[in-house]
Amino acid sequence: MSLYKRPESELEFQENFSQKKPLMSDSEAFYESARCLFCYDAPCISACPTGIDIPLFIKQIQSKNTSGAAATIFDTNWLGNACGKICPTGVLCEGACVHNHQDVPPIQIGRLQNYATEKAMSQNSLHFTPGEANGKKIALVGAGPASIACACELRILGYHVDIFEAKDKPTGLTVFGIAPYKITNDEVLDEFNYLQSQLGFNVIYNNPIISKNDIKQLENDYEAIFIGVGIGSTASLNLQGEKLNGVVGAVEWIEELRMNHHNVVVPDRVLVIGGGNTAMDAASEAARMGATEVTLAYRRDKMSMSAYDFEHKLAVSAGVRSIFQAQPVAILGEHEVTGVQFVKTLNIEGKLAYVDGSEFDIPCDLVIKATGQGKQVKFLQLISDLSLDSKNRIVVDPTSYQTSNPKYFAGGDVVNGGAEVVNAAFEGKMAAIGIHNKLSI
Amino acid sequence: MPDLSINFAGIKSPNPFWLASAPPTNSGYQVMKAFDAGWGGAVWKTLGVPVVNVSSRYGSINYRDTRMAGFNNIELITDRPLSDNLKEIEEVKKYFPDHAVIASLMVESQEEWQQIIKDVENAGADGIELNFGCPHGMCERGMGSAVGQEPEVLQTIVSWVMEVAQVPVITKLTPNISHIVDPGLAAVRGGTNAISLINTIKSIVGIDLDTYAPYPVVDGKGTNGGYCGPAVKPIALEMVKELTQHPEIKNTPVSGIGGIETWRDIVEFILLGAGSVQVCTAVMHYGFGIVREMEAGLVQFMNDKNYNTIYDFIGKALPNVTEWKHLNLKHKVVANINPQKCIGCDLCYIACDDGAHQAIKLDRTNGNRIPEIIDENCVGCNLCALVCPVEECITMEKRDDGKQHVTWDQRTQLDDIPTSFNDDRAGGKHHYVPTVQDALKHRSK
Repeated sequence: MSLYKRPESELEFQENFSQKKPLMSDSEAFYESARCLFCYDAPCISACPTGIDIPLFIKQIQSKNTSGAAATIFDTNWLGNACGKICPTGVLCEGACVHNHQDVPPIQIGRLQNYATEKAMSQNSLHFTPGEANGKKIALVGAGPASIACACELRILGYHVDIFEAKDKPTGLTVFGIAPYKITNDEVLDEFNYLQSQLGFNVIYNNPIISKNDIKQLENDYEAIFIGVGIGSTASLNLQGEKLNGVVGAVEWIEELRMNHHNVVVPDRVLVIGGGNTAMDAASEAARMGATEVTLAYRRDKMSMSAYDFEHKLAVSAGVRSIFQAQPVAILGEHEVTGVQFVKTLNIEGKLAYVDGSEFDIPCDLVIKATGQGKQVKFLQLISDLSLDSKNRIVVDPTSYQTSNPKYFAGGDVVNGGAEVVNAAFEGKMAAIGIHNKLSI
Repeated sequence: MPDLSINFAGIKSPNPFWLASAPPTNSGYQVMKAFDAGWGGAVWKTLGVPVVNVSSRYGSINYRDTRMAGFNNIELITDRPLSDNLKEIEEVKKYFPDHAVIASLMVESQEEWQQIIKDVENAGADGIELNFGCPHGMCERGMGSAVGQEPEVLQTIVSWVMEVAQVPVITKLTPNISHIVDPGLAAVRGGTNAISLINTIKSIVGIDLDTYAPYPVVDGKGTNGGYCGPAVKPIALEMVKELTQHPEIKNTPVSGIGGIETWRDIVEFILLGAGSVQVCTAVMHYGFGIVREMEAGLVQFMNDKNYNTIYDFIGKALPNVTEWKHLNLKHKVVANINPQKCIGCDLCYIACDDGAHQAIKLDRTNGNRIPEIIDENCVGCNLCALVCPVEECITMEKRDDGKQHVTWDQRTQLDDIPTSFNDDRAGGKHHYVPTVQDALKHRSK
C-alpha cells in the first residue's frame, strides 16, 4: 500500500512533495531567533562549510535587521537561500548547535537563513554592486552552484564573467537533482535570477564545451577559466539486462521528475539500487509519486550506507522497504524489466563475499540505479596538463583552487567527487579569490 | 491552609493581593471581576477632576521574545465623572463587603481634597490612597509627582487629608526622586497611616526609527511616560527597604508596588517589610487570572516554611540588608563549572575574558569546548554563573573557612584601607591582569 496517492495535478504533486523546511512566518522567525545563545566562537560556524557567521545573522533577524541578516549570509555564501533549504543542516550547523547537548531542540538555522534571504530577495532590499570593471574576462564552464558562486565573487572583484552551460537552465543539480521536497524549481531559479540581475554575469546556454577547438577558443579569449562541470551521468553497473526498458539512472530519473513533476509516470513496483543519498532521494520520490511497492536494495549492511541516517529514515517514513546485503547480479526481462536477481552477501573482514546459492529475485517494473555517477573524463581530457587523481577528480591547490594547468581553476563536484551544494558554493568562491590573487600579481 | 488575610493600617483584606490604581481598576466591572478571580483588594483608578486622554497611551520594552519586560504609559487619572465612579464603588462594596476598596485620589486645593474624601467615604471606600506619584501629564499641572518630589508640599497635603479622613490613608510615593526617605518622612510627619510605593518611573521606552518620535507616538509626537513592569522590580524593592529600615518610618505599614508578577516577587516584597502588594502590569498583560499563581505559590511557601500568617515573615530579610561597608571582605567564592552539564556555548569564557576578570581559560585541543576556571584569578563575581544558559551548571563555591570576618568599616577604624592612588593595600594589587599586548593574540588570522 502506498502512503501517497498518485499526483494527477501540480497541486497534488506539491502536496506529496510538501517542503521539509517551509518558509518561516515572521512570528516563527522572531521566536526561533530569540532562542539563539550567541555562543562564543560558535560551533555552528565551524560546522558550516562556508563558515557563515550564524549567530550574527540570527541576532540580526531578532533585531529586525533582516536585510542585514541576508547580507551576512550572502557575504559568505552566494547560494545562501538554496543552502538554507537543502543543506543537511542536521549534520552541519544544526547538528553542532550546543542546545543538542542539553536535550533542547537545536536552533532551526536553515529555516532562519532561508527566512532572511527569501525576505531580502522578495522585498528587493539587498543590493550587490559589481566591482569597478578591471577589463579582465573569465570563462566558467558549467552553470552549477560552484560556477555561480565563482561568478558572483568575480563580478564583485570587477571581472567580466561568461558562463558556458550545456543545458537550457542554470544551477545544475540544484534544480535538476535535489529532491523536490527540499526546494522548488522556482526557489532555485529565483535566487539565481536575483544574483544575476544584480551582478550581471552572462550565461550562454545550450553551449557545451566539447572539442579541443572550443577549449582553444576559451583559452584565447579569457584570462582564466573555471571548471565547474560537476560529475556525469549514472555509471553503468555492467549487468545483463541493463539496457531493458524500465532501467534508469537515478540522476536522469530525478531530473525528469524535477522538470515534469506529476506528468512522470511511475509504475507500481520500483526497485532502487544503492546506499547513498541519491538512492534515498530516488526511493523517497518514487514512493511520493504513488508507487505501491518501493524497495531499496544495498549490497552492504545498513551501517555501511554512505547516505545520512536521516535521509534513510525519511525514505522509510515514505513507505520504502529496505533490503541490505543484496548484490544485484542480473536485471530480468525481455523488453521490459520484470525484476532483478540478487545474491546475498556477507561482510568478511571488511570484504564483501557472496553466499553461494542464495540467489533471489525481486520483481519490479522500474529499476533506478543509484550506484554513483561517472566523471566528466572526456571533457577533462580536452585540457592539457590537467592532473586528475585516481578517482578522476581534478587536483587543485587547496587554497587557490588552481589546477595543475595554471590557466584553469576548478571547484564543486568535479573536484570533491560529489558533495553538497554548500561545498560547491564555498569552493567556487574560493576559486574566484584564487583567480583574482593570481591575476593581480 | 495558612491565613492569607491582612490588616493593613486598619484596612482589612482577605489576602495581600491588591490591584494598583491603574487601568485594571478603571471601573466597577473590572474590580468586581478581579475580586471574583481572587484579588483581595483594589486601589481604584485615581479619582479627581476627570481628564481628557490621548489615543496611543502605552509603550513597552520587549526583551528578545519576552513582551512587556518593561511597560510605560502616558494615560492620566480617571477620565470618567466622579459620580459614576462613586456609584460603582458602592455597588462593588455591596457584593464584596469583605474586600478592600481603596480610592486613589488626586486633586489640587485643600477644599477639593476634603470634599472628595467625604465623597469616597460616603461611597463606602475602605481607605484612601493619595496619588503623589504620577510622573506624566498631571505633574505638569502641579499634581502627582510634582507633589511627591516636594516633601514640604506633600506633608502639607497629607495633613489636610488627615484633618478630615475617617478611613485609613495611604500616601503613594514617586520614585522620581534621589532620596526616597525624604518624601517618606514627610508623609509620616503629615500623619499618614501607610505608604505605598513605587509609582511609575519617568521614562522614554523607545524611539520610532522612521518617524523619530518616542513611543507611544501620538500624531508624530510623544512625551515621557511612567515606567513599570518586571524591569522595575529591583528599584521598587530597594525603595521599600529604604523606608522599612528607617527608624522613623518603619512602624508605618508599606504597600509594595513595582513589577510584581509571581508569588516569588510577592514573598520578596513581604520579606522586605511590605504588608500588602499592588499589581498592575502583570494584570494588563495576563488578566486577573494571574492571581491564581500568586496565591498557590504564597500558600505553598508558607506551608513549606511553617508560617501561619504573612506577619510571621514580614520583614524577615531586613536584618540581612546592610550597607556595603559591613560586608565581610574575607568571604571568598570561586566559580565551578560542571563539565557533565556544560554544553560548550563558551559564553562564560567570553563574558569573563571581555567583561570581567580573565579567570576562565579555553583549551581547544581535540575540539574541546568546556572552559576551565582559573581559580587564582577568579574574584567570585558570579558573572559566568549568570550568563550560563544551563540550569545549575556553574555554581559558586565557598572557599573561605568562615572563621574570618573583616569589613571595610572595621578596616577603616584600624586605619587599614588604601588611602593614596598607588597604595599597596589596593584590593587588586596582586591580582592577575593580562598584558596590553595579549589582547592582540585574539585577532582572527
